[in-house]
Amino acid sequence: MSLMFKPMLILALAVMPLCAQTPTLTPATATPTAPTAQTVAAAPIVPAAVAPTSVVPAAEVKVIDSGDTAWVMIATALVFLMTAPGLALFYGGLVRRKNILSVLMQCMGLMFVLSLLWVIFGYSLSFGPDIHGLIGSSAWFGLNGVSNTHPFKDVATGLTYGATIPHSLFMLYQMMFAVITPALIIGAYAERVRFAPFLAFSVLWSFAVYYPVCHWIWGIGGFLGSMNASGKGAVDFAGGIVVHVTAGVSALGAAIFLGKRKGFPDKMSPPHNLPLAVIGAGLLWFGWFGFNAGSALGANSLAVTAMIATHVAGATAGLTWAGLDWIINRKPTMLGAITGAIGGLATITPASGYVDVWGAIAIGFLAGLIPFLFVMVIKPRLNLDDTLDAWGVHGVGGIIGSICVGVFANPIINGRAGLIYGDASLFVSQLKAVGIVAVYSLVATYLLMKLVDVTMHVRASDHEERVGLDLTQHKESAYTVID
Amino acid sequence: MKYLTAIIQPDRLDDVLDELSKRDIHLVTVSQVMGRGRQKGIAEVYRSHKESGGLLRKVKIETAVNDEFLPAALEAIKIGARTGHVGDGKIFVFDLDQVLRIRTGEEGPVAIG
Repeated sequence: MSLMFKPMLILALAVMPLCAQTPTLTPATATPTAPTAQTVAAAPIVPAAVAPTSVVPAAEVKVIDSGDTAWVMIATALVFLMTAPGLALFYGGLVRRKNILSVLMQCMGLMFVLSLLWVIFGYSLSFGPDIHGLIGSSAWFGLNGVSNTHPFKDVATGLTYGATIPHSLFMLYQMMFAVITPALIIGAYAERVRFAPFLAFSVLWSFAVYYPVCHWIWGIGGFLGSMNASGKGAVDFAGGIVVHVTAGVSALGAAIFLGKRKGFPDKMSPPHNLPLAVIGAGLLWFGWFGFNAGSALGANSLAVTAMIATHVAGATAGLTWAGLDWIINRKPTMLGAITGAIGGLATITPASGYVDVWGAIAIGFLAGLIPFLFVMVIKPRLNLDDTLDAWGVHGVGGIIGSICVGVFANPIINGRAGLIYGDASLFVSQLKAVGIVAVYSLVATYLLMKLVDVTMHVRASDHEERVGLDLTQHKESAYTVID
Repeated sequence: MKYLTAIIQPDRLDDVLDELSKRDIHLVTVSQVMGRGRQKGIAEVYRSHKESGGLLRKVKIETAVNDEFLPAALEAIKIGARTGHVGDGKIFVFDLDQVLRIRTGEEGPVAIG
């Protein structure tokens, strides 16, 4: 994340041969790159001109870049949009009409609870001073020492959490990731989980899975990631491992633990409001530009590269899924199209800042193909009720994407090379990180479910499930019959 | 021939349909309705303000059967819909004068099943 400046310059050159191969992409790739290069070049000059009349100390004016800060603030708001309403409506439209409010409330509830948890404990445990590569220390509890005016720079390694943005903005940006990750798991237990145990599980899961894994991969000194002096280790540009593998694999654990919904699989109704799900998917896609391109932590050409890869992979995967639907099930379905697109966006996430546009197309294709086979062919045989395919799409997609970084990473984009560029070390790091995180998430989720179940009884009763979670958990209903 | 209209709790619909199928009664019409019986009505919370709608959500099941199927149909709906709580619903039975299957023009008892 800190290796932005050199690749950015290299990329400006790298874009040329790329454009030669893809004439249609030339305007899109070349236009945004040019102003970015100017901004970077201008950055040191503008503050110098302003400094004499400004009361702000010169040292501060130099480190914080207004363009980078503005972009990451906007990206933060975009990632917020992904949880509520993006994911909420995507999931809400897919459940039965008696359960939509329960899903919306679960997403909104996590936004409240996990935001507070993040500023008090989570940020420090995830990104705070390293303890044996396993977890952050308590030094930054309550945002103690998290600067509003300076970027964070680690003295020992020289690594930063965004070299040109305030440390507190990095904290806020990462908060949105800490909120959406447990929200993704809702897809596995929707329609059959009680609200209070759900909140308890999500809080415990954040402490046991999200904060440690986030530190392992993204924290300075984390034992699996590249945030160390050598720069070796696994990479995860915007959360393929930290977000999608943890949430997706945990979704599998939760679905196994809770068992099937009543009437599954023969008597399940189709999604009660597909247009809502399409709006949700569109908002997710829109927010994903902040999720992936924002992870460059600056308004620079790496962000643009990530934005292109994100969009292209989403489109490719949506097309692939809809095409397979068309061939195998005779008609292209709207549900298939959005499922494919979301799968593509999830899959490109870890790779978006490391691959060129051809890598993005390849990953997008795999992201349409493999989850499709999983959801359509393998899942029915497992007799597994992963309600909204949180495991089948996010888990499988996250795993594919995180491994694919080690295959398709183009060294001219961000300095790391994958298998097709003749370097196996990154591929091995990715496999190791995905394997460790997946096994850890699965075991931890199962144990936490057990713990919460003993004390609070996670699963809705037969009566609650029949009547619906909206009325039984929240005493509200989404739709009236008359009026 | 008899015509049955049953008003039941929405969450019992699947069970009633199951019980009817077990007894070879497959043809039904189902609609979402609102109404009230001896209860006074549902209470919903709107921004912490408790509202009494006066009408409850119900499901209406309608089916036509030949006379020999009537006891089975009544039993199926009774078993499927009963929870023992207030609001389980009612079944109304009517005499049915005529049935006509539009596609074939068949009339009477043969047209029912």
